[in-house]
Amino acid sequence: MDPVATPYFFYGLSAVAVLSAVGVIMRRNPVHSAIALIFTLLSLAGLYLMLYAPFVAGVQIILYVGGIVVLFLFVIMLINIERMQREYQFNKQWLVGLLAAAALGALFVAVYVKGQSIFPQHAVRFPEQLNTQQVGKMLYVDYLLPFEIASLLLLVAIVGAVVMAKKRI
Amino acid sequence: MLRLYVEEKMLSITTFVIVSVIKIVIALAVLLTAVAYTVWLERKLVGRIQNRWGPQRVGPFGLLQPLADGAKFIFKEDLTPPYVYKPLYIAAPILSLVLALTSISLVPIGNWVTVRGVRTPLEITDVNIGLLIILGITSLSVYGVALAGWSSNSKYSLLGSLRASAQMVSYEIALGVSLVGVLIMSGSLNLREIVDMQGGHMAGFIPRWNIFRGQIVAFFVYLAAAFAETNRVPFDLPEAETELVAGYHTEYSSMKFAMFFMAEYANMITAASIATLLFLGGWHGPLGGPWWLQAILPVFWFALKVFGFIFLYIWIRGTLPRFRYDQLMAFGWKFLFPIAVANVLVTSLIVALQK
Repeated sequence: MDPVATPYFFYGLSAVAVLSAVGVIMRRNPVHSAIALIFTLLSLAGLYLMLYAPFVAGVQIILYVGGIVVLFLFVIMLINIERMQREYQFNKQWLVGLLAAAALGALFVAVYVKGQSIFPQHAVRFPEQLNTQQVGKMLYVDYLLPFEIASLLLLVAIVGAVVMAKKRI
Repeated sequence: MLRLYVEEKMLSITTFVIVSVIKIVIALAVLLTAVAYTVWLERKLVGRIQNRWGPQRVGPFGLLQPLADGAKFIFKEDLTPPYVYKPLYIAAPILSLVLALTSISLVPIGNWVTVRGVRTPLEITDVNIGLLIILGITSLSVYGVALAGWSSNSKYSLLGSLRASAQMVSYEIALGVSLVGVLIMSGSLNLREIVDMQGGHMAGFIPRWNIFRGQIVAFFVYLAAAFAETNRVPFDLPEAETELVAGYHTEYSSMKFAMFFMAEYANMITAASIATLLFLGGWHGPLGGPWWLQAILPVFWFALKVFGFIFLYIWIRGTLPRFRYDQLMAFGWKFLFPIAVANVLVTSLIVALQK
């Protein structure tokens, strides 16, 4: 079957992603923020599917939605929500925030203006059943060193977390 | 794979939708019946194991007991305790049940069939990354449990759901890694291709199922992890009634409780189906007889293997005591996970040497 109604799916998923991302930072209750984050990540997975990257979409759901946000929620559930809701939502670093947002906005504008020359003219369409193999080749052949460095960094983070959490090792 | 894609492409969109709706209705009906009678089977078998009769008053052999249970659940008062967070309190059981029922849509129970010129796979949809999607859906089902416990605003519920989410996230890793060996051998994430790889026989009579081709360790790791994922004995800490009343569904009653209950059994059936597809050769089995028998036999073999797995679930429930919580975590991280990783290393080494 050929894809049907792709623009509608794209705009629908994008709208859900943006709206729930706004929800993540605007909700007072941290549990609501975590749930909004789930919706952002799920709609991102849908967008990956539309880019013919089913493996990335599946991993997005399994790792981010099914793993990382569960751990967020796990911690949040132990917090005293009523006190959290009275606390002020944003910290006072609006200058840094403004600069960061401006830099990101400038980046978006630059990509939008120069996008024609940076990115390939047409969407690169691997056959979707090759996606898994392509990702594997990229990680283990083309970008082996960065991949190993990233896993080393994660290992360091895990060891650090254990050292901080355990009094006696 | 490309061949399947072309074949499905030939269907027009209208036929596709009609065929899909028919398949969804049949799959839901079969699955919900299977859930109801798994409960019956469990009560009957555990009764026999404990030297009791089990249900026997409603219908012959108590066969109508699930109907009576269902009617009772519907007519019970639906209590909502005060101080719960209502939207999530209502959403949690629905989420659990919906996710549990959705995951079955990717499980192929037989080969392609042609009915009135329409060729269709014996599952609701055949996707390239079927196994990943099933794992994704089951990993989402932890939210039903976690949110139920949090929104109930009760100590027992919260503790139960914390235990459950920690347990499910931990064992998911061992579960996922235990499947990697099979994926390396078959080189595909498509459940249909994984099953196709297991057709035929070795040395004349041993079926080429993955469990007989060196994945037996992975099978047992999967078995243990699947028990933990579905919160069954001996890993049913989240609902340990001696410590936590009923864990995350303490505050639920009537149909909302029934939804959790049904979700648990539907998850059992999905776990059994995945084990059948990945390790026990799916719908492969001895074929013979007239054409109509040959058409039905694959589905029968599949159902028989799933039934065997569910029987094992119940048997173990009637046999083993519950773990202690620290034992549970240590077992998952220090025993199952290293074994699963070792299995991946050995399998990939052998596959690489054979090439």
